Amino acid sequence: MSARAETMINNLRSDKLSKLVKSVKSLKDVNWKEKTWSGLRQLFLPVTAICVFLALWAIVASQIQTSLGQLPGPTQVWNQSLTLLDEHNEERAKEAAFYERQEKRNAKKLAANPDAKVKIRTYTGKPTFIDQIGTSIITVVTGFILASIIAIPIGIFCGLSNSIYQALNPLIQTFKPVSPLAWLPIVTMIVSAVYVSDDPAFSKSFLNSAITVMLCCMWPTIINTTVGVNSIDSDLINVGRVLRLNWYTKILKIVLPSSVPMMFAGLRVSLGIGWMVLIAAEMLAQNPGLGKFVWDEFQNGSSNSLARIMVAVFAIGLIGFLLDRFMLVLQRSVSWDRTATIR
Amino acid sequence: MLNSFLNISQISMEFPTPTGSFKALDNVDIQIDEGEFVSLIGHSGCGKSTVLNVVAGLYEATEGGVLLAEKEVNEPGPDRAVVFQNHSLLPWLTTYENVELAVKQIFKGKKTKAEMHDWIEHNLKLVHMDHAMDKKPSEISGGMKQRVGIARALAMEPKVLLMDEPFGALDALTRAHMQDTLIEIQARLNNTVIMITHDVDEAVLLSDRIVMMTNGPAATVGQILDIDLPRPRERVSLADDPQYNHLRAEVLKFLYERQHRPEDKVA
Repeated sequence: MSARAETMINNLRSDKLSKLVKSVKSLKDVNWKEKTWSGLRQLFLPVTAICVFLALWAIVASQIQTSLGQLPGPTQVWNQSLTLLDEHNEERAKEAAFYERQEKRNAKKLAANPDAKVKIRTYTGKPTFIDQIGTSIITVVTGFILASIIAIPIGIFCGLSNSIYQALNPLIQTFKPVSPLAWLPIVTMIVSAVYVSDDPAFSKSFLNSAITVMLCCMWPTIINTTVGVNSIDSDLINVGRVLRLNWYTKILKIVLPSSVPMMFAGLRVSLGIGWMVLIAAEMLAQNPGLGKFVWDEFQNGSSNSLARIMVAVFAIGLIGFLLDRFMLVLQRSVSWDRTATIR
Repeated sequence: MLNSFLNISQISMEFPTPTGSFKALDNVDIQIDEGEFVSLIGHSGCGKSTVLNVVAGLYEATEGGVLLAEKEVNEPGPDRAVVFQNHSLLPWLTTYENVELAVKQIFKGKKTKAEMHDWIEHNLKLVHMDHAMDKKPSEISGGMKQRVGIARALAMEPKVLLMDEPFGALDALTRAHMQDTLIEIQARLNNTVIMITHDVDEAVLLSDRIVMMTNGPAATVGQILDIDLPRPRERVSLADDPQYNHLRAEVLKFLYERQHRPEDKVA
């Protein structure tokens, strides 16, 4: 090696070294800067997109005249969302006042005559937007839980036994693409025929929606659980055989944990479908909930209706998003496969 | 011969395929004494794993059978613990819990909770994995996983320990390390072991006898080689040992002169 080459290498080395020292010195600083930058970028990009969207919306809306007046832009929708909140608060205040009056009246009656019969009437005001959101969430969660209770065992059996899978697969594949609107009349008729009770614990409309949600959202869970159970590493099954685990222990210790990541991926899809289905079902069946709110506003046809429907659209979207985030957190917490990226 | 500890008696194995049945094993006959370490060696696809799976009870031989301590083997069981090539630890359990699953299943009602705990720790110590008891398999290296797999098998107190290419997936240095651990354990416990391997050095270093198998289809025992090297064996000093090199050459000759490597159609 020539002397020149050697000095060059040495120079390179010392150059690298000094760079390293510098970078170590400024490591804290750089890290902090980089973090702030990437954080800003993460905030900046979506905010820009939202602004562009709002601007386009405002421009397009101003161009369209409907029979209910001009298509509402972002401002009107925002105002309506505040109005809806106010209406909710007013309704609650009315309700509280109603009960207060009733209590006072009853107390007076009792003071005059201790034997008097007091009637307690429940407030019958119309449900507000916020009430409808609550109803919808309770309904979708009920339908989703019912679906999971049925779908997970079916999925496990299909995954364990090829015969069961072959037997059920045509049925699953046939029912999977059926629209909620097709199920709804059947569900309604069956519920009114079967669920006859003088003092029903649940209203029929609630059952109709929940069962429709269940029928539409159990399929992804069944299919994913089947695949999850079916694709267990055969070595793990052999471990169970060598240990002579009984059937129950095998399911509990090997099959279930092994298929949990796939199962939860399916549950997440199911809940998303359930939420979409619910809105449609509520609209068609006049079951209380966000769907009914949208339909009522549409029938109402006031100048504010379109803006109020748009508020509902955003609410539906946001709640769907939050439900999905919730499932994502759940999915991450149960997933043992750290190499998988879940998004 | 009938009363050998493990009697693999004239087993043949046929697998049904769409184009008729495929004869994987033909009349394989191996007698193994208690405390003996036997390696099965042969080219890929020669049915070594099939022999092991029949002994494990995971497959049922078409003809012949296996007697362990004069009892017929017809289903898998913890008296024939298997160390699988790909560790096969349950990925959602820690190393401790993986061994615990086996110990709880086998010593239910025979050991108290405290005894079980000590037994699990003892076995993890044997394979030098007591430092990683709370680690999940994804957090430890391949060699470490295989150690835990061995600990789990040892914790079952098997009559025969079956190892299916236990170190096949490891790099050469880790493999040497694992072999040393296995020698150390074998010196303490004197288990009866059947190990499948591709590695000639590994077979000579560890075994009391090497069973060399012919190529499939219809593979059978080609030759059995007694490894009468004194124990304890030590890899570095053995490297210059003429007897060691002679035995090593015997196996190589069998594999590369008498049994040509088959075309890679049967993996």
